[in-house]
Amino acid sequence: MNSDATPWIAALVNLLGGDAVLSSDEDLVPYSFDGTAALKQRPACVVFPRSTEDVAACVKLAREHGVPVVTRGSGTGLSGGSVPLTECLVLCLVKLDRILEVDPRNLTLRAQCGVITKEIDDAASGHGLFYPPDPGSMKISTIGGNVAENSGGLRGLKYGVTRDYVMGMTVVLPDGEIAWLGNKCVKDVAGYSLKDLFIGSEGTLGIITEVLLKLLPKPAARRTMLAMYDSMEAAAETVSAIIAARIIPCTLEFLDRMTLGCVEDYAKIGLPTDVEALLLMETDGHPAAVEDEANRMMDIARQNGAREVKMAADEAEGARLAAARRNAFSALARVKPTTILEDVTVPRSELAAMVKFINETAAKHRLLIGTFGHMGDGNLHPTFLTNEKDEEEMHRVELALGEIVDKTIAMGGTITGEHGVGLAKKGFLKQQFGKASYDLLKLVKKALDPAGLLNPGKIFD
Amino acid sequence: MSIEPGKKGVGAMLLKQLDYSVLQQCMHCGMCLPTCPTYVETKRERNSPRGRIALMRAMADGEVPVTRSFADEMYYCLGCLACQTACPAGVNYVELFETSRAEVERSGVQPRGQRDFWRWLTLEVLFMHPRLLRAVGLMLRVYQQTGLQTMVRRLGLPKLIPGKLGSLEPQTPTVAAAFSDDLIDAVESPAERPRYRVALLTGCVQDLVFSQINRDTADVLLANGCEVITPRNQYCCGSLHGHNGAPELARDLARRQLDMFDVDSLDAIITNAGGCGSHLKHYGHLLHHDPVYGPKAAEWDRKVRDIHEWLVEIGIRKPVSAPATVDSTPVEVTYHESCHLCHGQKITSQPRVVLGAIPGLKVKELPESNWCCGSAGIYNITQPEQSAKLLERKLKNLEATGAGVVATSNPGCHMQLAFGLRSKPEAKCHEVTQPVSLLAEAYRREREEGGRQEE
Repeated sequence: MNSDATPWIAALVNLLGGDAVLSSDEDLVPYSFDGTAALKQRPACVVFPRSTEDVAACVKLAREHGVPVVTRGSGTGLSGGSVPLTECLVLCLVKLDRILEVDPRNLTLRAQCGVITKEIDDAASGHGLFYPPDPGSMKISTIGGNVAENSGGLRGLKYGVTRDYVMGMTVVLPDGEIAWLGNKCVKDVAGYSLKDLFIGSEGTLGIITEVLLKLLPKPAARRTMLAMYDSMEAAAETVSAIIAARIIPCTLEFLDRMTLGCVEDYAKIGLPTDVEALLLMETDGHPAAVEDEANRMMDIARQNGAREVKMAADEAEGARLAAARRNAFSALARVKPTTILEDVTVPRSELAAMVKFINETAAKHRLLIGTFGHMGDGNLHPTFLTNEKDEEEMHRVELALGEIVDKTIAMGGTITGEHGVGLAKKGFLKQQFGKASYDLLKLVKKALDPAGLLNPGKIFD
Repeated sequence: MSIEPGKKGVGAMLLKQLDYSVLQQCMHCGMCLPTCPTYVETKRERNSPRGRIALMRAMADGEVPVTRSFADEMYYCLGCLACQTACPAGVNYVELFETSRAEVERSGVQPRGQRDFWRWLTLEVLFMHPRLLRAVGLMLRVYQQTGLQTMVRRLGLPKLIPGKLGSLEPQTPTVAAAFSDDLIDAVESPAERPRYRVALLTGCVQDLVFSQINRDTADVLLANGCEVITPRNQYCCGSLHGHNGAPELARDLARRQLDMFDVDSLDAIITNAGGCGSHLKHYGHLLHHDPVYGPKAAEWDRKVRDIHEWLVEIGIRKPVSAPATVDSTPVEVTYHESCHLCHGQKITSQPRVVLGAIPGLKVKELPESNWCCGSAGIYNITQPEQSAKLLERKLKNLEATGAGVVATSNPGCHMQLAFGLRSKPEAKCHEVTQPVSLLAEAYRREREEGGRQEE
């Protein structure tokens, strides 16, 4: 595509300068996908705004020319939320990358949307604070993307998800207006909670360019433990038992045998590879409480059939284990060419049954499924290891996925716990929602973006 | 004068011949992005590993042709392989990268003329003919030692050299006073009955510029009970060719290299240059289609060891003396990791173990120690701008350690750091050396101080 050929691209070059506008094949091919497998579509052009005002100007321009806008950060999304459309404009916000303020008196941090999430946590750390949401991609993903997808993470069990930490935001609306929503007040019931509308809206309602985040004091102590099992169900039972014992650890992560093998192959930190399941457990808080909880959790694990339970020697070893777990998804790609990651969540009482069902489904359809996830919050990531070029196998993947989704919904679960609906899950959304709530979703979209120019085709058609 | 046979666009497309699953292995999760020096600089996907792989795949799929712009991209990539270390999916980036550069050369999309001449002169002439390379080295030494260089510089003649080359003149390394074959005998034996029999690879750049490091390596091996075999007049290992899109020449050099060694009779083949080692360990893959050389190359791969790796494997003998200072203050040294040693060969702890074994040294960890220094083969020549940025970043980190000495283990990095520090006479860090040299010096002082007092 040549910028001279398309008036709106030429207008963008005028607006932002030639360096900020990409339109050659070599530049566009690498923007045709995000972290989702098997979805790809080349955009017409990619731009790099440097301010909220730039973003607003781009949106106005796109609106004038009737060009769809897809927003993107680091492109690590796992539901196709930032996969472009043909002839669309991609707004890549990675250059809005400044932390604007850390306010230790109010425990808040204000940052532009393109700041890497890990950098937010590092900046907070300098003040003895921390930013709890820690998606597996936190070293790469941007905070704006995390808010737009309402990302979860390994600490979701105790600390919740991104939504629980957003106090305010600047958002560019579909008409190009700039709105500020929220404030630093812990309590605020003035009007509708508009900021909540944009958290998890996947770029379909507005473009978040700045966020005000809540920080927490860093816990004084942390303990990391590993429990190894000869059966996946025993691991799931342990999780249910810990919750039933009224313990809320910060992390209860689960890896099955296949995932463990891949993670160990990559990280080489001495994880056991001859067990059927492993639980990574972490508790943090007051040192005395942490000691007590750690011991009780280890006991519960043993009572529920753990073959071996051990505690990380120190915080550094604990951090290494958690870091290895973060790579589980990518490490699974070692087995087969295509890795399709799913993201179902069930009530925690149903975990053991769900894990069993996933295994049976894999066997029934002769598929390889590696399962890992945030077991403590009921969020599982059954991951299909397949080859997109094998049509027959891909058909079986579709069948199995459909059955897993049906079962999830039947158990009172949800089709996505943290990755969003995007393109990948929109086919299932209606199934989960009743007619009234599904219609309401569409109504909100129509009210805010009547022309349907912001990330069209995502969440629903 | 073109390097590889075939004219523009002629012949089978190399990217299409690649095992497609190598391309598919990248599931674009993005874990590579923060470790890629070029992506971090520009934040553009095409400048990232996953972006480059997407382009390669689009070419293998026939969606886009091989273009000049793609060629520029492949030469903008440092080939530092930091992405390979970061990649949980285990993508074999080095194979993709080398194939792509070869594809670029095959398709002839790069400008011809001057570039062809320099590629021909270096890859096809100088680095294929060790005697010629050394003869040119000798001439350069004469130029540097007779005062001619000073005169030329005073007259401002380098400014007359066309293009980028003039600005590179100050980076020209000083040629060593004697080459490896003059310093090391073909066979050297330790004082006691040897525990191992090893071959020593002298390299080409190492041999011309840092032959003393080869001598130091031999000394260290002898002090650790190894008999050292050093074949005369060795060839370039071919890494330069492999990394720069000339795989046929790389294969040719690998065969010549294999001919010089009786691999079966050796316990190990020792290399002391990170970049060469990374390539040398893959002769098996390089020659896997070769019925004659294939099996020998596979055996070779099993025996090639980086010097630090070998020392740790056989149990390094700790010297009893400190290498330098007469007073009791320890020398503060920091360690810069050569990309192909740490990312290519995954050798990170062993050089630190070697440094840690030397008395009188205080080892200070270098921030971003495995971040490329910008040398990257001939990258400082082809991409001076990005190379300079990386060097500046490295010098800042060196300064932050407060160490006076930096050790590294690759001639390219060594020259790059030395060049950078020359331009900063005020810096506290003032000396570049290698772990083996420090160790060799400690053994030497031990001998001077009356032999080994303890085992």
